[in-house]
Amino acid sequence: MTEIDEDSRVQKLPTGIPSFDVIAKGGLPEHRTTLLSGTAGSGKTVFAVQFLAAGIIDYGQHGVFVTFEESASDIRQNMRSFGWDLEAWERDGRLAVVDASPDPHVETVESGPFDLDALLARVGHAVRKVGAQRVAVDSLGAIFSQFSDQSIVRRELFRIAWALKSMGVTALLTAERTLDYGPVARFGVEEFIADNVMILRNVLEDESRRRTVEILKFRGTDHQKGQFPFTIVADAGLVVIPLSGMQLRQRSSNLRISSGNAELDSMCGGGFFRDSVILVSGATGTGKTLTVTEFMKGGADVGERCLLLAFEESHEQLFRNASGWGVDFERMERDGLLRVVCDYPEVAGLEDWLLSIQRIVQEFRPKRVALDSLSALERVGTIKAFREFVISLTSFIKHQEITGLFTATTPSLMGGTSITEGHISTLTDSIVLLRYVEMFGEMKRGITVLKMRGSVHDKDIRELTIDQHGMHLGRPFKNVTGILAGAPLYVSPADLERAWTHFDAQLGASGGKHPRRRASDMPGAD
Amino acid sequence: MADSNPVPGDAGARHDSAPNKFLLQLYVAGRTPRTELAVANLNALCEDELAGRYQLEIIDVLEHPERAEEAKILATPTLIKQLPPPLRRIIGDLSNRERVLLGLQVRSSADNPVSDREAP
Repeated sequence: MTEIDEDSRVQKLPTGIPSFDVIAKGGLPEHRTTLLSGTAGSGKTVFAVQFLAAGIIDYGQHGVFVTFEESASDIRQNMRSFGWDLEAWERDGRLAVVDASPDPHVETVESGPFDLDALLARVGHAVRKVGAQRVAVDSLGAIFSQFSDQSIVRRELFRIAWALKSMGVTALLTAERTLDYGPVARFGVEEFIADNVMILRNVLEDESRRRTVEILKFRGTDHQKGQFPFTIVADAGLVVIPLSGMQLRQRSSNLRISSGNAELDSMCGGGFFRDSVILVSGATGTGKTLTVTEFMKGGADVGERCLLLAFEESHEQLFRNASGWGVDFERMERDGLLRVVCDYPEVAGLEDWLLSIQRIVQEFRPKRVALDSLSALERVGTIKAFREFVISLTSFIKHQEITGLFTATTPSLMGGTSITEGHISTLTDSIVLLRYVEMFGEMKRGITVLKMRGSVHDKDIRELTIDQHGMHLGRPFKNVTGILAGAPLYVSPADLERAWTHFDAQLGASGGKHPRRRASDMPGAD
Repeated sequence: MADSNPVPGDAGARHDSAPNKFLLQLYVAGRTPRTELAVANLNALCEDELAGRYQLEIIDVLEHPERAEEAKILATPTLIKQLPPPLRRIIGDLSNRERVLLGLQVRSSADNPVSDREAP
């Protein structure tokens, strides 16, 4: 491998944890010791084994695992569920496990000063035996619990770290901490024996667990700052979800695709853009699922595969709805052009949803993805986690050259915005609003294209009707103001005419506020 | 300790009888002053307390790391009492004789058993 001195660039070893290597700008610094600190159950052991597994599987670098806490046989068994067969690697001479876990059957008495040279000799022996380049030690805190003389253990930890460096291996040392936001590690020395420090957190926020990884310091080399969410999945181990670094490379396409509704296409100036994300927002019953259904149909009509992720309605309900609007989901499914995934949002955390959506997309390779509704996923995690989820999903979809259509449910029937909108509106390329409009004792539906990035679009609020053939767009509500605010106000044609002449420019820009203010002559306004 | 096989503890037991024999192993790391001290302390103790009924093996973990691996030794010096059961470990330079005797479960004097077992 590469020789390094203090002046040259630090080489990094990939950890095999997807996206972590992006944050770490390559992986763990080579020939250095890195401390990984975290509370109980934060994923330290999985991280440590994954680091070795990546070396063994992907880079032909052998490893040594030193366990102070769990017995070697427990580790071998626990890691099998991630698809890592430690025993096979041990047989092949690619891995050595140094079992330094306490033996509960043997009583130990201390009589006078000692050192941990035997442990060092064992680690050194294991490193030589398999020709290891990676060493993981799990965990430092458990060494303290095996000996009563803590000052000796402190001194010995420094010697161990020094010895690992002199062996020329890249070492990952784990340590416990008692609080997710507190001292780096329990015994106060762990952070000083390593060159680099990383922290895993497992924080309870609003009744849901949120795992994050943070690189605190990488001596002499660069890394991304801040906490990054991750999750632990059964057959892959840790998966980190990076937020930055993904968004800036999005392509944008000038190709137009049909929304599945010719009238909506013309409102959008000729259809949605491919590689764009469209948000459809409206109260319950305004036609969001219909918009989704037509969007799927529009794809299937031109032979594109479509993926529908439904979090609010069952498979049967969706298919019945679609046939009620003249869309044959069953045929689309038979033709392999439609896949519908229905599940309760609560069955998984947001990080897990993101991963499973990514997996489905990579496997099915759709050209269109619809998610009905994003708002249903809001209740799974915290607002922060939800926001990260939306950002990650949006950028993922754009990277795949897929058109995404998300729906958001507004909490109030008339007007209003949802939390979903607040977090996603700046990320989406287009926003379609569906609103109820109360007119003369009758509930009508209205539709407007609020935003269409990179294109002219129809700015009218048009009436929307639904029948057995789907969605129809009617005439603009020319004589009603305040629809979006949730307080529709009928304006007489004469007033409207006067307003047009007096406030031509302003009216076009900011809806129907001006005529109203003028009529009531409210004091203190502006 | 859960040990169903009591060691004959009568004071008049024959010194060379197999059940009474102590099989000891001392793991050390190189010929350091600490090693020398531990060996000296152990030799003196054995001659005083276990004369004629012990067997001692000294293992250097720097030369035989695989032996340390098999026995799961972490610290040096470590004294292991293989026999009589139960297995016991004493770590350190063995300078505290009372602690060593406690660990070995050897009588500290002729008529006062340190062992937690009842004299018959």
